[in-house]
Amino acid sequence: MQSLSNRAKILEKKPMTLAERAYLPAIFQGLSITLRHFFMKKATIRYPEQTRPFSPVFRGLHVLKRDEQGRERCTACGLCAVACPAEAITMVAGERKKGEQNLYREEKYAVSYEINMLRCIFCGLCEEACPKAAIYLQADKMAPPRFERDEFIYGKDRLVEPVSPDTRSKRGIQLTPEQADKLRTQLA
Amino acid sequence: MTFETLGWQGLVILVIFGLSLLIATYCTYAERVIAAFLQDRVGPDRAGPYGLAQPLADAVKMFTKEEFFPGGASKALFTFGPCLAMTTALMSSAVIPFGNAVQFGSTVVHLQGIEINVGMLYVFGIVSLGVYGIMIGGWASNNKFSLLGAIRAASQNISYELAMGLSLIAVLMISGTLSLRDITLQQSVAGEWHFWNIVKQPLGFVIFLVCSFAETNRTPFDLPECETELVGGYHTEYSSMKLGLYLFAEYINIFVASAVMSVLYIGGFNFPFQYELRDWLVSAYGYELVTAQNIITILGAVGLFLKIFGFIFFFMWVRWTLPRFRYDQLMRLGWTILIPLAIFNILLTGGLITFGVIK
Repeated sequence: MQSLSNRAKILEKKPMTLAERAYLPAIFQGLSITLRHFFMKKATIRYPEQTRPFSPVFRGLHVLKRDEQGRERCTACGLCAVACPAEAITMVAGERKKGEQNLYREEKYAVSYEINMLRCIFCGLCEEACPKAAIYLQADKMAPPRFERDEFIYGKDRLVEPVSPDTRSKRGIQLTPEQADKLRTQLA
Repeated sequence: MTFETLGWQGLVILVIFGLSLLIATYCTYAERVIAAFLQDRVGPDRAGPYGLAQPLADAVKMFTKEEFFPGGASKALFTFGPCLAMTTALMSSAVIPFGNAVQFGSTVVHLQGIEINVGMLYVFGIVSLGVYGIMIGGWASNNKFSLLGAIRAASQNISYELAMGLSLIAVLMISGTLSLRDITLQQSVAGEWHFWNIVKQPLGFVIFLVCSFAETNRTPFDLPECETELVGGYHTEYSSMKLGLYLFAEYINIFVASAVMSVLYIGGFNFPFQYELRDWLVSAYGYELVTAQNIITILGAVGLFLKIFGFIFFFMWVRWTLPRFRYDQLMRLGWTILIPLAIFNILLTGGLITFGVIK
């Protein structure tokens, strides 16, 4: 067949030389290659002790952020749940009571907020949809493996950015004793 | 033989037995680590420091797995197969001289299980018995893949034993004895450490090396357990520790083959400048000659084990480098290349001996 591209290589089937037929030289060539690999740096990352560095734009475990005064930013508008292609987010909205202004930034807040990590595909659309900059996918944390399915449904106890009662008071937020107790039991 | 020497000899046999088992155990670990390193991985490193407890974990796994008998299998033979494979594998290390004599007081203990003047013949006899273990196991499984694997193993072993024996004859022509201890001692001419048999028998060594790969069913000649064609070969139906015994026997066979090659071709327990070292120990530290000789003996035993480990490493290194042969290629290599080469080697050796080039 005529070659149109002129790139075709004509292969000549030469009879094998004695060295090629003896097979041993080729074996030693191969052995030297594998021996070189024996002393090479290993690609393995010993996982629990070493971790692979995450990319700065890695989309990992979700967090519900607080504002600079330590109040929850989420206003339970449900835009994240609507944006979610995997239907992983549910929430129940509630109205902020009097005296809870130091806990929730908006008048409406999420009484419960759940993400099913088995459904979630970590696309980050919730993060993009959020008008209050409340939900983010952390770049340095992944949803860890669990033994039971229901343990993958993350509630507010595991999603809201933890703030210890002490740092709260440092930031000038006054908690009532009951609120502090509730927070401590939540964090424990 | 006095009662005391008998006791010492018994101890030596026990030590050799234990060592073969220990080395075979750690061969499984070494195989995995070497395979990993050759493939740019790190291998098992979880169980214990550097994963050194991995063989223990494997053993526990093997012992606690379900023991399965395939339907229609001959139960007695099915059990007898791996037992025979293991027994023959362990028996062949009995005649290998792991060291020269150790002398304390009037007792002289040879670091060798039993000293017989037909040691080499004994090794060959036992090794060729080993194929029965595979054959019986494969046949008793009542599985066509197992049977095919067993037949392959049998024909392969028989074919390569020929070339192996012929290459060995050239060594025997030089040594004039079948005793492994005598063959070793002949390679230790004072001041001439390079008079190892590999210098006189380079071609024979290569043939023997290739054949021992086939004898131990190792890649590139591991066709009896060729997964792509035969599922698991002769041990397809085996599970639990019976499978473990087969795998174990393979590693012990590698150990024995390495030991035989070290003894026959690269000087056994001799090492370079051993006599100079002994004389130096006597003159510099004022040791008695017997003590110095004992030190040399122990160093020699260590040296022999280093050689053996070198060979074992080579076995594994080749396994993770070369692909498997095709069965017809294997047979062609054995019958039309290795056997004629071995015969040529015998003629060559005979000619060199006749003209006094080597003796």
